[in-house]
Amino acid sequence: MTDQPAASERFNLGRARSVDWRQYIIYIGFLVVFAIFAATLNDKGFLTSTNLLNVFRQTAIISIKAVAMTFVIGAGQIDLSVGAVAGLSSVTTALALGTWGLPLPVAVAVGLFTGFAVGIVNGFLLAFIGIPSFLVTLATLGIVNGLAQWLSNTAPIPILNDTFVYIFGSGDVGPIPSLLIWTAVVFAVGHVTLRKTTYGRRVLATGGNSVAASFSGVDVRLIRFAVMTVMGTIAGLAGILFAGRLHSGRFEFGAGAELSVIAAVILGGTSLFGGRATVIGTLLGSLMIGLINNGLTLASLPTSQQFIVRGLIIILAVALAKKR
Amino acid sequence: MAVEETAQPVTAPAGTVEQPTAPAATAQAVTMRGITKSFGGVPVLKEVDFDLRAGEIHALLGGNGAGKSTLMKILVGVYSHDGGSYEVAGRAVDFHSVEEARAAGVGMVFQEFSLIPTLTVAQNVFLTREARGRGGFIDDREMERRTRELFASMHVEVDPRRPLDELPTAFWQLTEIAKALSQNASVLIMDEPTAALAKAETVELFALMRRLRDQGIAIVYISHRIEEVFEICDRVTVLRDGRHVGTHDVASITPRQLIDEIVGRKLEHELEYQERPGRGEVLLEARGLTTQTRLRGIDLKLHEGEVIGLAGLMGSGRTELARALFGIDPLVSGEILLRGTPIQVGTPRAAIARGIALIPEDRRAQGLILDHPVRENLLLPLLDRLSRAGFIDDAEGDRQADAFVRRLSIQVRSTSQPTGTLSGGNQQKVVIAKWLGIEPRVLIMDEPTAGVDIGTKGEIVNMIRAFADAGNAVIIISSELPELLAVSDRVLILRDGTVEREMDRHEIHREEDLHHAIQGVAVQ
Repeated sequence: MTDQPAASERFNLGRARSVDWRQYIIYIGFLVVFAIFAATLNDKGFLTSTNLLNVFRQTAIISIKAVAMTFVIGAGQIDLSVGAVAGLSSVTTALALGTWGLPLPVAVAVGLFTGFAVGIVNGFLLAFIGIPSFLVTLATLGIVNGLAQWLSNTAPIPILNDTFVYIFGSGDVGPIPSLLIWTAVVFAVGHVTLRKTTYGRRVLATGGNSVAASFSGVDVRLIRFAVMTVMGTIAGLAGILFAGRLHSGRFEFGAGAELSVIAAVILGGTSLFGGRATVIGTLLGSLMIGLINNGLTLASLPTSQQFIVRGLIIILAVALAKKR
Repeated sequence: MAVEETAQPVTAPAGTVEQPTAPAATAQAVTMRGITKSFGGVPVLKEVDFDLRAGEIHALLGGNGAGKSTLMKILVGVYSHDGGSYEVAGRAVDFHSVEEARAAGVGMVFQEFSLIPTLTVAQNVFLTREARGRGGFIDDREMERRTRELFASMHVEVDPRRPLDELPTAFWQLTEIAKALSQNASVLIMDEPTAALAKAETVELFALMRRLRDQGIAIVYISHRIEEVFEICDRVTVLRDGRHVGTHDVASITPRQLIDEIVGRKLEHELEYQERPGRGEVLLEARGLTTQTRLRGIDLKLHEGEVIGLAGLMGSGRTELARALFGIDPLVSGEILLRGTPIQVGTPRAAIARGIALIPEDRRAQGLILDHPVRENLLLPLLDRLSRAGFIDDAEGDRQADAFVRRLSIQVRSTSQPTGTLSGGNQQKVVIAKWLGIEPRVLIMDEPTAGVDIGTKGEIVNMIRAFADAGNAVIIISSELPELLAVSDRVLILRDGTVEREMDRHEIHREEDLHHAIQGVAVQ
C-alpha cells in the first residue's frame, strides 16, 4: 500500500512562493524580545555584561542538550528522557568522585558512560526492536529517574573536588565562564556535523522520508540508533556540568528539562516531523528561552506568572513561524 | 488483488437510490469561458474555454503543467480564478470550497485520494455529513445501509464496515466515487483514475463509468493514457501550456493526431521498438526466488545490454520481484548471482554496493524526500563518493547536481528548489538521475512512466536505451504496455508469483498479444 500524502499537501501546490519570512521568525523574535527587555529592564541591569553572561550560564545546560535534540528531532524522533538522564549522570559522577573515590577523569567517564548507556538502550529499542521513540523514552524517563533516586537515596551528594567544579560549570577562563566554552564547542561541532558531513545529511534524509532514504542506501536503523546514543551521551555531559555548577549530584537536576529542550529546538525552526533542522536556529531558540526566563526574573514576576508568560511567548512564536 | 474477485455485480434494487433523471443528451452540464489563472505571477491558464455535456465522458488531456488539474480545481472550488466565468447546469457559479461545489453537484475524485485509511468505507463516504439518529448521535447503521445501496447502484458489493486500509487500492477509488454520488453529483471529475489500477480493475472502472454516463452524469476524465481515451471517452479537449488547443469528437480523431496536439510537435518514433545490438554475458541471475511477500520460485537471467520487461496484473509479483532483487524483502529461499557468483543482498545498501539500483514504484513516498531541495535528493546515494573522512565536498556536489540537471534536462529554477514543487515528469527525472550517478550495472525500474507526460515518456525511453547500449542491464515494470514494448528485448509474464511465460520481443506483434498473455488468454 502506498502512503497517502498529507491532505494539506494537495492544496498548497499552487500557492504563490514569496520570500518566506516565517523561517526567519526566530531571528526576528530574538531581536524583538531582546529590544523589549533592553528598553524596559535597563534600570534593572538587563544590559550589563554580567547579566548577559548569566543568561548564557543559565541556558548552557539546556542549549547543549538542544544541539543533540536537533539531530534526534531532525531524524524524525523524540527523546523525553534527557532531563532524567542528566539527573542520573550528575548522581553517578558525584558518587564516583566522593563515595567511590575515583580519580577525576574516571569520574567524568562514569558520568558520560551513564548517558551513553541510556542512549544505547533507547536507540536499540527504537531502531532494532521498533518501539516508537516517544514510548521508549517515556519509559526510560521513569526508569532513569528511579535509578537516580535509588542510587542517591534521594539526597544530594556533595562534590568537594575544586578542579572538577572549575572545569565543569563553575569556573571562568578570563572573563568567559567555562560553561560558555562548553556550549560553544558543542554548538560548533553540532553545526558542522549537521551541515557538512554525510552523517548530518543522512540524519535529515531519514527524518524527511525514511523509506526513500533507505531505498537510497541510507542505513536508517543505524542513523536512528546513532542519534539516540549521541543524545544520551550529551545528556550525560549536561549532568556533569550540572554537578559542576551546583557542586553536587542530585536526582532532580534536569527534571522537566526535556520540555525546554524540545521547545528550544522547535522555536529554532527545526521541523517537529523531521527532515528539516538547524543548529544555529536551536542556539537562538535556547537563548530566547534563556532571555525570557532572565527578563521575567529581573521584572520580579512571581514564578507562577513566569510559567504562564513563558508558555504564551512560546505559543506566539511557534504560531507566527507556522507555515500557512 | 483484482476488483473482480470481490466485486460481483448485484442487481440494484430498483428505486432505492435517487438518481437524477437523465436529461437530454445535449444539455450543457458545465460551461467555462475565458478562464485565466496565475500562480505567483506565472500564468498557468490563459483564457481557457471548456464545455461539458450531461451524459458524456469527456477526456481532458495535456502534458504536465498544461493546466488540466488547475482548471478542474477551479471548477471544484479548490482554487479561485483570476478571470473568466463558469456555469454549472446553466447557472453562473463561483465556488469557494469543495463543499460548495459538491452541494451544486460537482464532485472530484482526487488523484491522491482524500480518504482516511483507518475509517470504514461508510464513515469515509459520509465524512462530515454523518447521518444523525436519536439524540444527535451518529447513526452508523443508517450510513452503512445507504453506503451499501450506493455501492449496489454501482454494481459493486462491499462491506461498509470494513476499514479502507484493509481493502485493495481499487476500492479506494470506488469509495471516492460513492462519496460523490451520495451527494447526487451530476458532474464527476476523475484525475488519473486508472494510474494505480491493473487492467482488470480498469475494465471494471470503465464499466462503472459507462453506467454513470448512461444515467446522465457528465464525467471529466483526466489521463495520460491515450488508448483509454479511445476506449471510454466521447469527446476530448486538449490543453497545452495553459491554452485550449482543441475539442474533438473522439470518433473523428486518430491517436497520432491527438498526441501531436498534446506535444505540439511531431513525436518521433520514440515509442516504437528499436532493435539494439546483441546482448552480452549473463549479468544478474535469480534462481528459485521465494519470499514471504508473494514470489514462488522465480528464475531470471539478465544479460549485459539487455532490457527485460516484467508484465502481469497487479498482485502478480512484479513489484515484489523488484523489491527482492534490491534487498528490501528478505528471501525465504533461492539465490541471486552477479556474474555467476552468488551474492547476498539483504539490504538496499548491499544491493547498491553491488551496482544494483531501484527506481521505486511510488516516487513521492519511496523515491524522493519531497521537502528537500532537488540537489539533496540527487546527491543522497552519492554521499560516500562526495566526501572525505565524512565531510562533504559541497562544491563538487553542486557541480554534479548541475550536471545531472543538464544531462536529463530537468526543468528547475535552481537545484535548491524543493523537489515536491516540480511536476511529476521532472520529479521522475530526479529519481532517475540520482541513480545514474552511482553508475549502476543493473537498473530496476518500477512504473517509471506513471503519471508522466508523453514528452517526458519519450525522454525516459531514450534514456533506458542509452543505458542498456552501454553494456548495462535494465529490468522494467510497467502497466503501460506501449512503453514496455518500446524498450523490452524480452518480456516475462508473471502470475501468482511465478514466471508464467517468457516472450521474446519478436513473438509480440501487437500490443494485444501481450494483453492476451497477461490475461492468460491463448495467443492465436
